[in-house]
Amino acid sequence: MAKEEQDKILNEVTESEYKYGFVTDIENDDIGKGLNEDIIRMISAKKKEPKFMLDFRLKAYRHWKTMKMPEWAYLDIPEIDYQDIIYYSTPKQKAKLESMDDVDPEIRATFDKLGIPLDEQKILANVAVDVVMDSSSVKTTFKEALAEKGIIFCSFSEAVQDHPDLIQEYMGTVVPIQDNFFAALNSAVFSDGSFVYIPKGVRCPMELSTYFRINAENTGQFERTLIVCEEESYVSYLEGCTAPMRDENQLHAAIVEIIVKDNSEVKYSTVQNWYPGDKNGKGGIYNFVTKRGICEGVNSKLMWAQVETGSAVTWKYPSTILKGDGSSSEFYSVAVTNNHQQADTGTKMIHIGNNTKSTIISKGISAGKSNNSYRGLVKVAKNCEGARNFSQCDSLLLGDKCGAHTFPYLEIGNQSAKVEHEATTSKIGEDQIFYCNQRGINTEDAIGLIVNGYAKEVINKMPMEFAVEAQKLLQISLEGSVG
Amino acid sequence: MADINTINKDFADLFNQGNELLLEGSSDVMNETRKNAFQDFSKLGIPTRANENYKYTNLIPAFDHPYNVNLRYQNVDVDLNEIFQCDVPELDTNMVLLTNGWYYGNNKELTELPKGVIVCGVQEAAEKYPEIFNAHYGKYAKTDEDGVVALNTALAKDGFFIYVPKGVVIEKPIQVVNLLRSDRDLMATQRNLIVVEENAQAKIIVCDHTLTHHKYLTNSVTEVNVARNAIFDLYTLQNQHLNSVILNSTFIRQESNSNVLSNTISLYGGTIRNNHHVILDEEHCENNTFGMYLMDRDQHVDNFTSIDHAKPNCLSNEHFKGVMDDQASGAFAGRIFVRRDAQQTQAYQSNNNLLLSNDAVINTKPQLVIDADDVKCSHGATVGQMDEDALFYLRARGIDEKEARQMLMFAFAHEIIEKIRVEPLKERIDELVDKRLRGEISKCNTCAIACNH
Repeated sequence: MAKEEQDKILNEVTESEYKYGFVTDIENDDIGKGLNEDIIRMISAKKKEPKFMLDFRLKAYRHWKTMKMPEWAYLDIPEIDYQDIIYYSTPKQKAKLESMDDVDPEIRATFDKLGIPLDEQKILANVAVDVVMDSSSVKTTFKEALAEKGIIFCSFSEAVQDHPDLIQEYMGTVVPIQDNFFAALNSAVFSDGSFVYIPKGVRCPMELSTYFRINAENTGQFERTLIVCEEESYVSYLEGCTAPMRDENQLHAAIVEIIVKDNSEVKYSTVQNWYPGDKNGKGGIYNFVTKRGICEGVNSKLMWAQVETGSAVTWKYPSTILKGDGSSSEFYSVAVTNNHQQADTGTKMIHIGNNTKSTIISKGISAGKSNNSYRGLVKVAKNCEGARNFSQCDSLLLGDKCGAHTFPYLEIGNQSAKVEHEATTSKIGEDQIFYCNQRGINTEDAIGLIVNGYAKEVINKMPMEFAVEAQKLLQISLEGSVG
Repeated sequence: MADINTINKDFADLFNQGNELLLEGSSDVMNETRKNAFQDFSKLGIPTRANENYKYTNLIPAFDHPYNVNLRYQNVDVDLNEIFQCDVPELDTNMVLLTNGWYYGNNKELTELPKGVIVCGVQEAAEKYPEIFNAHYGKYAKTDEDGVVALNTALAKDGFFIYVPKGVVIEKPIQVVNLLRSDRDLMATQRNLIVVEENAQAKIIVCDHTLTHHKYLTNSVTEVNVARNAIFDLYTLQNQHLNSVILNSTFIRQESNSNVLSNTISLYGGTIRNNHHVILDEEHCENNTFGMYLMDRDQHVDNFTSIDHAKPNCLSNEHFKGVMDDQASGAFAGRIFVRRDAQQTQAYQSNNNLLLSNDAVINTKPQLVIDADDVKCSHGATVGQMDEDALFYLRARGIDEKEARQMLMFAFAHEIIEKIRVEPLKERIDELVDKRLRGEISKCNTCAIACNH
């Protein structure tokens, strides 16, 4: 194939615009820019939080003030003025709504554009959706069906009101406020998020999903998710994000905490498609997320699956602490970067319990002028017998201006551990494209086919509905109208 | 325990108070480089574990000791040529000795070297061959990135200098033996320069030995420039005692079509840190970087390497293997850079480790930083134990377990040894490693002063 033609196709493929860019015009109730103890007190008061929450926030804020933004990541981040951010913003809401018709038509229209089934389709799709629009939960559905089983699935603020004992017991146990700069910031100012509690012996009958969406201009969104899975239970949780097109960078620092007890299993899937900035690297979301789960009980299991296509800067390492004997964790990730996007993402697997197992499959795809890094840690503690890890990190490069980097860390302190890591970096083979061409598939389709095939291993691990969406996202991110 | 600021201040004092001695006998170029390096050191200081590149090696205990420093050549009271004899019988080399980082004053003349080849001390070279020396000295070792390198450059007085002129092929390897012999605890700073010109070929073996049991800290930096079409081998054999600290930084620059093989074998030493940096600065270079470390007791080894593909069409192969026993700790960091437009690069990296005890620790960081798309790069790292099936196979054939384990370990290590391109040396190292794995302390010399460690 002629080189020019290939370049042209690559250009077309990589130049498609963000499809989900729009701003919903809803009145926002915000508290002005800046961050200090008064603001934190105000956030806490607005949310009518009990005292322990305020103390938690203030403690986190005081610690945050002593910390510096980390610089070790392979990212080039312009300086962030933390006083120039609105830390609280919620769509104005009058009374609690009972039926779908009562939901603000603007909000509904937004979700319709996103293709979120917030009406009867949902029942058919059997998905309970707890929609977070900016910071407050707008509508929680399927609550009754879940309540029957004793499952709690609600917004974080509701949980603070209704289940303060559970929040107090588990919040901050997996990601303590001192953990890192962004975790401390989130702990101080987090606005809302989701709370999931699965009681002992319950298998959650449906996939729980939350759509996060950054909306108001200049609003950092700081959600916090807490999932607690009691013994012998199971839940699959989906998190998906899209954000409207904006010129100014928006800051996003979330925390996800997952606690998995004896013999239970949690699947946590993410599709992240926030605004990545335009072709020239202007605008886009800064995404600094701390996600961590602890496999506390014996034979517990935690799976992370993520498709990352959005954000100007991604800084994200979903991690698992394998504490219970025989516990296991899997991490599957596809990260796509295009134009001027930067991603430094990976995972941490901390083996503490005996006979713990972890698998890491990471696929990075870089295009345009982007940089895509895998950074991961596999640590086997000294007294952890029989740990097993397998890691595979592959990178695919589309174009000669992008970068793909791999920074694995293996820290092994026990002789019985078996740890393997391998990584490859390559571009789409001309022979692969030739093979497709030969069989009548044109080059643009061939690239799409190869990229999708490359990511299949990860996408297959996602729940059905998500897998479809994830594939679409891959196409949008890379293939544009080519399909 | 002294904190890092005290240590850094001590070095600053040493530099300022000993300035006269430092400048004496060194050429202007050396002193100019020294001045800049000291400024860098003032900024960087001795790296602590907060420094990502020294995450796994704590240098504070290594530096926190009242060492003596020789800022001028000390005469040796005995003839080292008499005391030291390399016991590799078939290993016929051109041997020179260095003592405590200084080029030994009574080295025998190397009569068998081809015409034009220069082997001498760095101070001498700076004076006698300024054209060659000044073109290369301080050009490859970057002082603004690593405090240890900056410190070396600031304090460097002597070391060995080897020059291989255009088209000259040295058949017999040149063997450089670094001897540490002192009646007091000593910090030695050694600065070496190797220049291999176009179409030349040379093999250099560097052996480190301690002749007395005192605590030593060696901070050595070697700069190597390999010109077009040249072939160069560098073998480093580290065999000191448990109370020593080796900081060994090597910077290799390669020009087009050059071929470099380096093999670093760490047999013994209290704390060993090898910084190995290669830059493939022109097209069609080939680089092979190998290393092996066999550690037991509470020894520590850290191999920190970077291979920089600055230009297209180069090939690099990196392979490090280690066996860790007792409370030994080890680290490996390998970073492959592929610069923008360094297309058609092939870079492979691998690190395998055997852990033999529950107290041994290994930390490995195999990294790829790739900014070009038409490349083939891979890396892999494994940590594990011996293959139980292989063990069973041997046991089934009547070999007892201990012997079988040793055979497997030996086979594991042999993969690196067989890369050595000097046959007698390969055999000798084979034997040394074999002995070492059997738990016998191997001595590679029959020197009169055997240390007890």
